Amino acid sequence: MTLAVPLAGLRPNEGRLLVAGGREIALFLTAAGPRAIDARCPHAGGPLADGIVSGTRVICPLHLRGVNLDTGEVDDCAERVRCYPARIAGDAVVLAL
Amino acid sequence: MNGSGRRLAVVGNGMVSVSLLERLAALETDWRVTVLGDEPHPAYDRIGLSQVLAGERAAGDLPLRDRAWYASNGFELRTGCRVLALDPERRRLHLEGCPVEFDACVLATGSLPFVPPIPGADLDGVLGFRTVEDVDAMLARARPGGQAVVIGGGLLGLEAARGLLAQGMEVTVVHLVDRLMERQLDHGAAGVLRDELERMGLRVLLSASTRAIEGCGRVERVALAGGDVLPAELVVVCVGVKPNVALAAAAGLDVGRGIRVDDGLATSAPGIYAVGECSEHDGMVYGLVAPLYRQAAVLAERLAGDRTAAFRPLVTATRLKVAGVDLFAGGRTVPEAGDREVLLRDDGGGVYKKLVLRDDSLVGVALVGDLGPMAALADALARGERVRDRMALLGVGAETAPPAGADLPDHATVCGCNGVTKATILDAIRAEGGGATRQCVARRTRASSSCGSCAPVVEGLLRIAGAGRPAAPAGAPDVCACVPLPRAALRLRVLELGLRTVGEVLEQLGDGVGCHRCRPALSYYLDAWWCGEHREEPASRHVNDRVHANIQRDGTFSVVPRIRGGMTSPAELRRIADVAERFGVGAVKITGGQRIDLLGVRKEDLPAVWAALGMPSGHAYTKAVRTVKSCVGTEWCRFGVGDSTDLAVRLESLLEGLYTPHKLKLGVTGCPRNCAEVTVKDLGIVAVVGGWELYVAGAAGMTVRKADLLCTVETAERALEESAIAVQFYREEAEYLERMYHFVPRVGIEAFRSATVDAGVEARAGLLERFRRSRANARDPWQAVPAGDPARFEPALAVAR
Repeated sequence: MTLAVPLAGLRPNEGRLLVAGGREIALFLTAAGPRAIDARCPHAGGPLADGIVSGTRVICPLHLRGVNLDTGEVDDCAERVRCYPARIAGDAVVLAL
Repeated sequence: MNGSGRRLAVVGNGMVSVSLLERLAALETDWRVTVLGDEPHPAYDRIGLSQVLAGERAAGDLPLRDRAWYASNGFELRTGCRVLALDPERRRLHLEGCPVEFDACVLATGSLPFVPPIPGADLDGVLGFRTVEDVDAMLARARPGGQAVVIGGGLLGLEAARGLLAQGMEVTVVHLVDRLMERQLDHGAAGVLRDELERMGLRVLLSASTRAIEGCGRVERVALAGGDVLPAELVVVCVGVKPNVALAAAAGLDVGRGIRVDDGLATSAPGIYAVGECSEHDGMVYGLVAPLYRQAAVLAERLAGDRTAAFRPLVTATRLKVAGVDLFAGGRTVPEAGDREVLLRDDGGGVYKKLVLRDDSLVGVALVGDLGPMAALADALARGERVRDRMALLGVGAETAPPAGADLPDHATVCGCNGVTKATILDAIRAEGGGATRQCVARRTRASSSCGSCAPVVEGLLRIAGAGRPAAPAGAPDVCACVPLPRAALRLRVLELGLRTVGEVLEQLGDGVGCHRCRPALSYYLDAWWCGEHREEPASRHVNDRVHANIQRDGTFSVVPRIRGGMTSPAELRRIADVAERFGVGAVKITGGQRIDLLGVRKEDLPAVWAALGMPSGHAYTKAVRTVKSCVGTEWCRFGVGDSTDLAVRLESLLEGLYTPHKLKLGVTGCPRNCAEVTVKDLGIVAVVGGWELYVAGAAGMTVRKADLLCTVETAERALEESAIAVQFYREEAEYLERMYHFVPRVGIEAFRSATVDAGVEARAGLLERFRRSRANARDPWQAVPAGDPARFEPALAVAR
């Protein structure tokens, strides 16, 4: 499935929750481009879309675990979050789920 | 940000253009922006070109922002697009394709290299040094052992020379004037610089005029007016730049050397502005980046609707690294009649330091080699302060003689006017941290603030305590690895450079990115330092501060409305109950601070919950003034000696909305029975017979600490004033996330008291003024935000493709 999210509703370095196809996805506009990952921190289910984004890392707001937006790796956690390809096309971010 | 606003055309896509766009993005204006750049790629860091030439940096690292950044901020970027004409009447730009229409236009056309009328300047192998293409061409021709001539010994020419030297070439700099960098440096500093450059292997010819560049098709040699001939296979011409005013001049705008602008960067044509190297303000054309970035900031604020934003040139000194030699210069380095020079010169050591003074105030500075006293000098120059200890300002005397005051016993009185001892001054220096200056000591202790005769001793004590050098402090921790400056030094730089967003601070003084620790800290500092006249950057705030509610373990939020002093009413309680039912909140809880907490509110419901409550934010989610807990006092209690509920309500009204380094919990109690438990509050007030006692730095959390008595006052008004001063001092001097009960023991209650209750009239007035300004700028976020950016509260919408 391919989804388009209008850029107008997004802000640089502020995550947004996206609910689509039965999935919760956290979408970010980083300086390196758009990034999309599963929205829940594997540690305790924290809402990653609400975290602070620096570079291509987001910090979970509940217990401050860092998540790498490029690889899905989570600090101190064997589990990864899933990453989805995202790119800017025209006035939207296009996601492939 | 969106597509509905007025149209802004920005002509030019260089460093100042990007700076303007960044600030527009931060201000979230509704301009629909089109950026027209004539270079084929987005703007890059032009200053970094010399590093590319020297092989220290890859050309790929130069772009300032990628195309995705422009797109994500709603800026339309057209590269390789030359504007042919500007029609100010019809507000239209003519290009090769369709014209671009605008409501406002910014000319950021920069400058062009000045090519002198030298015969042969058009030969192959004669280059400028302005663009990536110039650097590519230089690198293509540079070869070890080859001979190069750089015409022009200014900043740019010397950078080009250094780069070619690093490529292994033999380089001669030919300069028309009798000293290098004559715009920035006096003869002495330029001489030391020349010695250093020659030591590196550069050849420098001064007072040398180029007669012709010669060769057959391509350059072979440079002929000088004196008859000398320099063999050359590569010639770089860097004799200066001229503002690129062609477009403006052809359109009939008022043009001098640059495009003439007023304090608001407006040109003579309505709706048309100019910034950067192409502009001329009050007869001056600027070339260094710092004042130009300030222009961009002012223009962004103007475009965002702030009619008061004004560009005012400051006398600022700039640090330059020229061909690997550290330089620091500003103001007038060549004295005028009536000026006085203070000079230190070490020819063998490559060190030169010069101050130019006028009536004891610093008006010019030039440093080469050792930039030790740079920060203090920049400060003195910007403020135009009177300079008493000139040698200390030059960083002289620290090693040769023991600092003044070293031989005094601790109890000796240093400042006779104000009765301040050496021990008190040393305590104050320690409390201030590594950025301490004599002014800080004066503020805290009043020492040296009256007749000033003890100033040298205070300076000596600063050196003994390892302070007095804000650039390289001993002991004060850096704010973060991402922003490697201690808080006090950072504050100075932020105010000096006019940085009002976290992004700007990171960009100019940090690593450009930051982390989840320093960005909230910087957000707080900017708010406190600018007294609320900063620009909020929600992305640098914890989610609690973005949505003004406290995130819970399940991702829902808690809402705590403000109930001043804990005094509520049946109508208010009924409204709260209605909201709790209507939005199905999970739990309703009375908090320890006598407030009501609604738990389990969904993020998207927050704006509606606030509107239905009709009450201000209680700030329970953030580092701010939280609650003033109270007992009922004389109004009802048979033991009460003071009206504690009334004072609690007034105290909370006075302080509410202010952000603080950490949360601030307060209390007012009506008698020493202390039912409001104020002796374990950050700030507590106890009614006693005949007045009020103020306590600070109590704790009943991770640690338990009985508060220290700060002062006893007779009236409620005085209690409010002392509270405001104490809170403001804490706001300005504590580290982010430092609770009052850590801050006060760190600085010492005596130092805290002498900086607040016992501070001089001016110091107190200053604290109160900054307090009032901050308070006046505080907005209730529950009223302000929902209108600001509703998207923040909703999940993103997507459509299938």
